[in-house]
Amino acid sequence: MAPLLEVEDLRVTFRTGDGEVNAVNGVSFALNPGETLAIVGESGSGKSQTAYAAMGLLARNGRATGTVRYQGRNLLELPQRELNKVRSEEIAMIFQDPMTSLNPYLRISDQMAEVLMLHKGMGKRQAVDEAARMLDAVRIPDARARITMYPHEFSGGMRQRIMIAMALLCRPKLLIADEPTTALDVTVQAQIMKLLGDIKRDLGTAMILITHDLGVVAGSSDRTLVMYGGQIMEEGTTDAIFATPTHPYTLGLLSAVPRIDREDEELLTIAGEPPDMSRLPPGCPFFPRCAFARPENATLRPPLVRLPDGRRRACHVPVEEILAQKEVAQ
Amino acid sequence: MAFHDPTADALQAPARPDKGRSLWTDARRRFFRNRAATVALVALVLIAVFAFLGGFIAQYERDYVDFSLIGINATKGVPSIATGHYFGTDQEGRDLFARTVQGTRLSLLIGVVGSMVAVIVGTLYGAISGYFGGRVDSVMMRVVDILLSIPFMFVLILMLVMFGRSLLMLFIGIGLISWLSMARIARGQTLSIKNKEFVEAAIATGVRPLTIILRHVVPNLLGVVIVYATLLIPEMIIYESFISFLGLGVQEPNTSLGALISRGAGQIGNGVPWQLGFPLFFFVVMLFAFFFVGDGLRDAIDPKDR
Amino acid sequence: MLSFILRRLLVAVPTILILIVISFILMFAAPGGPFNSEKPLPAAVMANIESRYGLDQPYVVQIFNYVWNIVAHFDFGPSFKYRDQTVTGLIAQGFPVTLTYGFWAFLVAVVVGVALGVLAAIRHNTWLDYLATGSAIGASVLPNFVLAPILVLVFTLWLGWLPGGGWNGGQWQYVVLPVIALATTYLAAIARITRSSMLEVMNSNFIRTARAKGLPMSRIILRHALKPAMLPVLSYLGPAFVAMITGSVVIDVFFSTGGIGQYFVNSALNRDYSVIMGVTILVGVLTILFNLVVDILYAWIDPKIRL
Repeated sequence: MAPLLEVEDLRVTFRTGDGEVNAVNGVSFALNPGETLAIVGESGSGKSQTAYAAMGLLARNGRATGTVRYQGRNLLELPQRELNKVRSEEIAMIFQDPMTSLNPYLRISDQMAEVLMLHKGMGKRQAVDEAARMLDAVRIPDARARITMYPHEFSGGMRQRIMIAMALLCRPKLLIADEPTTALDVTVQAQIMKLLGDIKRDLGTAMILITHDLGVVAGSSDRTLVMYGGQIMEEGTTDAIFATPTHPYTLGLLSAVPRIDREDEELLTIAGEPPDMSRLPPGCPFFPRCAFARPENATLRPPLVRLPDGRRRACHVPVEEILAQKEVAQ
Repeated sequence: MAFHDPTADALQAPARPDKGRSLWTDARRRFFRNRAATVALVALVLIAVFAFLGGFIAQYERDYVDFSLIGINATKGVPSIATGHYFGTDQEGRDLFARTVQGTRLSLLIGVVGSMVAVIVGTLYGAISGYFGGRVDSVMMRVVDILLSIPFMFVLILMLVMFGRSLLMLFIGIGLISWLSMARIARGQTLSIKNKEFVEAAIATGVRPLTIILRHVVPNLLGVVIVYATLLIPEMIIYESFISFLGLGVQEPNTSLGALISRGAGQIGNGVPWQLGFPLFFFVVMLFAFFFVGDGLRDAIDPKDR
Repeated sequence: MLSFILRRLLVAVPTILILIVISFILMFAAPGGPFNSEKPLPAAVMANIESRYGLDQPYVVQIFNYVWNIVAHFDFGPSFKYRDQTVTGLIAQGFPVTLTYGFWAFLVAVVVGVALGVLAAIRHNTWLDYLATGSAIGASVLPNFVLAPILVLVFTLWLGWLPGGGWNGGQWQYVVLPVIALATTYLAAIARITRSSMLEVMNSNFIRTARAKGLPMSRIILRHALKPAMLPVLSYLGPAFVAMITGSVVIDVFFSTGGIGQYFVNSALNRDYSVIMGVTILVGVLTILFNLVVDILYAWIDPKIRL
């Protein structure tokens, strides 16, 4: 099966007053149709910028190099007009903060209808009808009447549903969700994740789920990609990553997830701060915080190596040592 | 009359013992790193020197009329070192240098005094309104809102006409129409200050409200107040010049930059460009300088405001 | 929406009354009446004049009559100096002139200012941005009484393109310089405000959403960014209106347009109270009405205020 999206050696740099900041440093991965990939990492790990680069949504001072191949076309080199056709029609995106991601000055009906009018050439009335149907589908009660309201008249969870409905209007083949639940209450988070799961099941939409919350990842993704310092630390099936993490950083992330079933245990955190992206160390970016670190790791960057079971990892420490450590912890 | 340059005051402020020294030294360092602001400050000092000491090098009194030059200043009143009329003469045969010195001095004074009146009234009003809060606050601020929607320049002219056009009236009037925005700013700052521990401690120990406002709230407004006072000065100067331009401001033999510009503008077709040029030069440089100094002070004292 | 307008009107009416009362108090408090001159008039003549102008009535009655005449008949009373003229008559002569170039100046300031600001924002950090920002700072320190003589110097005396004064029934050559002189400062301010608010809006999350939806840039700017970016501009329009009305006095005087400002200044020099008061009140009412319009526009743009 040909992959839907192939990212190769993606690099993102931002020019700032304090020099260049390398937000993404050579990220490669592929996504199959209908598959859900979770990209996990702390804030500043480059996970969101990877997605923005693919969609051409980088801030003004940002630049992306490498290739982002969608169905054979490199999105990074696409002229603006072509790229605008890909957006919404092929790849749609929802964002972290539903409070500010909808235009507060326009009615929901206008914001949704313009997508269909532009991409599908629908008339206004038809577009609004279709938009209302989509709001129904994401289970917004009384959608037909409320579609003419403004964003501030909806709750946070409802607004995220509206964002999702708006993203799905053109039936995209890929939905990128950037921290879709971070700004929401816990109960609402679960509802939104369930909605995304339903969409995937019903429409077969491929999904990239960007999050720092491993709890969100576990039940909803096929594969997981762990990023740190703008680089891939480890990638594999979600089940494998959760069962046997082979990277010290993944191990750290997993032990930082609160677990209800083991109350007595102290919640572990990863000591230290995320790296300064304008002055990345030459070696492993995780080196300063790594419990397994050896002196030589400071200067030598670990290559991303494919393991026999199909997963990839970038670490100098042998897999056995980390697995042994995990046994001890449990 | 002693002249107080408010920017100089701001920069001397670190000497105040009750203020954290590092805060003000920091502000000074930030200010002088801003090249435009530093240059503007130097320009202001030079203009102040010109306005207050220029009289000593002027060869003529500002109201001395050289009858031989009346009406022919286009040919005989040309700026010249030799005649002693450095800036030439006006159509009445008066020395433009001496008049520009005096006009600049008056404009500077009116800027500083007017802005002081506005700042004192505005700060007290805003501090009281913000400190008491509740209904007092909403009534006082509603009054400000209402007054803000009245074109006060017309009322000021009305006042000048009815009470006579004295300098004092002009000073007070210009200050009084400009305190409104200062009151709003002071109120906003007071709202955040009044929840600080030292104010609560003062309230708890039974200090009277007015004492708290004067002793605890107002001193902490100082940074913001200084910045806006500096930004108000060019506004005051423009107001005065506006009124004097219309012939409703200062009266002869006194003059101001606005009055000089007005006369120069009236002579524009008569081949005496210096009559407009010199006052205009000092006016524009002064406004630019105050603008950049105020801007620099804002960045230095209140960097988050940007 | 209707109740919103009504509530605003409820504030506007007392504001106008306050303005009138302030003017009256000033007049009563003023030393000497309007007819005091160097040569004292005989007491009988004085009483005669005062009764003719209603000045012998109690103050409250005077204010009431004054307000009533304005509201009911748009009659600001007689001029104290030009015996055969009424204030309303003077206003009727001068106001259309001021209104004409004032309208154009306001339009130019808003339209050009907003366009320049938007352009500078979307061409952020290019020469166009620097040029627009630089000249905006320059223009904002140049009051119109400085700009007007410079304009005349350049366009009338050096280039000889345009007349440096007069009105001539509002022929376009006579309108151009007053409009430029009056508009430039506020045009610059509006451009500056538009630019910074546009930059802020273009960095907001909902614009990112609009881009992710694949909308073309023109639509993003016109439909998504412009409305919110206009809010700070809108709240500047009230003060700008006041400033321009004030500035029109200079324009009228400098360009001898025969506008209302000329009557105002002449009356001020002649201590013609009734004209000054009439103009002040007229201007105040205009300002308050304009602020009302701005408030309504504000509520129309920002759905959160709507009620």
